Amino acid sequence: MSLLDVATLRKDFPILSRSVRDGKNLIYLDSGATSQKPTSVLDAERNFYETHNAAVHRGAHQLAEEATIAFENARANIASFIGAQTNDVVFTKNATEALNLVAYSFLNATLKSLTGAPLPAGAQRFVLAQGDEVVVTEMEHHSNLVPWQELCAKTGAVLKWLGLTDDGRLNYADLDTVITARTKVVSFTHQSNLLGTINDVAKVSAAARAVGAIVVLDACQSIPHMPVSVEKLDVDFIAWSGHKMLGPMGIGCLWGRNELLASMPPFISGGSMIETVTMEASTFAAPPQRFEAGVPMAAQAVALSAAVDYLQAIGMDKVAAHEHELTTAAIAALSEIKGVRIIGPTDSHDRGSAVSFVVDDIHPHDVGQVLDSLGIAVRVGHHCAWPVCRRYDVPATTRATFYIYNDLNDVKALAAGIKQAQEFFGSN
Amino acid sequence: MQLEQMYQEIILDHYKRPHGKGLAESFNAEVHHVNPTCGDEITLRVTRDPVDDQKLLVSYDNQGCSISQASASILFDQLNDQTLATGEQAVDHLVAMLQRVEEPNEDVLGDGIALVGVSQYPARVKCALLAWMAWKDAAIQALGQEVSTEGEK
Repeated sequence: MSLLDVATLRKDFPILSRSVRDGKNLIYLDSGATSQKPTSVLDAERNFYETHNAAVHRGAHQLAEEATIAFENARANIASFIGAQTNDVVFTKNATEALNLVAYSFLNATLKSLTGAPLPAGAQRFVLAQGDEVVVTEMEHHSNLVPWQELCAKTGAVLKWLGLTDDGRLNYADLDTVITARTKVVSFTHQSNLLGTINDVAKVSAAARAVGAIVVLDACQSIPHMPVSVEKLDVDFIAWSGHKMLGPMGIGCLWGRNELLASMPPFISGGSMIETVTMEASTFAAPPQRFEAGVPMAAQAVALSAAVDYLQAIGMDKVAAHEHELTTAAIAALSEIKGVRIIGPTDSHDRGSAVSFVVDDIHPHDVGQVLDSLGIAVRVGHHCAWPVCRRYDVPATTRATFYIYNDLNDVKALAAGIKQAQEFFGSN
Repeated sequence: MQLEQMYQEIILDHYKRPHGKGLAESFNAEVHHVNPTCGDEITLRVTRDPVDDQKLLVSYDNQGCSISQASASILFDQLNDQTLATGEQAVDHLVAMLQRVEEPNEDVLGDGIALVGVSQYPARVKCALLAWMAWKDAAIQALGQEVSTEGEK
């Protein structure tokens, strides 16, 4: 008996009733890439455009007021979802942009310091010198790796990383050697999008704190799936995306400690983010507006707020427990199939619902194609985490991810589909 | 069933027993092409035939899905020791066939006509084209260069 009434929940998601590939029922196991959206989220976005649409934070007509209130109420609701203060949440176009915002704060502060101009109070923490160190892990999504590589290439800082153990966990034994007195920032994922591993945030943060480094957490795969509270996590920034948590595409979030956000130079500049402007120079608004140049994605913020309401009505504890049940079942079912190897932890403690696997003698693309022919949508490839594939010496994997609208029947269908792929390609 | 139209027996045969796989030691041009969305890779070398230097010998090593592997094997059958003109005609026809602009022509593509089923799956077209685009790149380079060997690289 499942913890969630999945059959009832599924009715809230119009797309789940469509068929694919010659009339097959859709079995959507790709929520790690993007989740499907309930009607309440779609309605919220449509309702904004139908009744309140205006550019927010400009204009004094009634629609502009209503749109601004709706946008800021959405921010407050989304912030409270992770126990944050409203003005410490910055809207970005996605999590990638949120992570870039932090990386570029380091670059911009460093460049500014080179001009000899005075820096805002506190901005010195973002200035990198030749030989300073940036630390990530070997399990990062490209979005939390490439921006730091670029930052290092531009500043002369050195990129270092925590390696992985054979069973798909962070190698915490390396913490003391990888994080040093030169470490200025440690950026790591809460939950691996490929391996499913949930990392020990407190352990990594403690090592970073001991050397005074700034701590950045990629929560794309955790905030949609488990209770996350900024008060309980000892980190400085949290980046996540809206579209993986039932929300619309085109919106992501960055939470930052107030004093850090206040000391950071702007990332993207233009309208909305200023305080005063003359032909010679400008001063900048306080956060979060400082980091929200241009007309923001108000309709998407309102829709993401509706997604938060939807998840809170279920309860994030229940969401996590439901996914844990499916993950445990999936690991068991896949482990029973000869020739299938899970890439990632094979025990379900501290583990999310991303289950990546390889099948002997069948390329992940081909496994995915057979599953697709059965109506089962999975992700194939390197999942924007190519170094993880290299670490485990596989060219790619097939990945199933589970969410609130999946149930044990989906796990069974996945296992049966893998066996069918083995029959089709004659590999077992 | 659509799946069997893509994975025709002839494709699976090439996949399981690829023709010409393994890199030649000497070559005029070497290219490495990848499909960044899925990680399929091919290293392909082209050597001008010592007897007729307008003809191009092909060798390759690759990893990837059945479609990309089979396609490289078929390319070897069709283009090994052929001219640039012959090869370009085949590449152009393969592209047109996968876009459903031209009907499969066995005289031009040989077993490659079995790749026609891939046209139903836009996400897989790149898999089918990977080796052929690599060949075109290498062939054009080879016709402008002297023979080198691995040891001298």
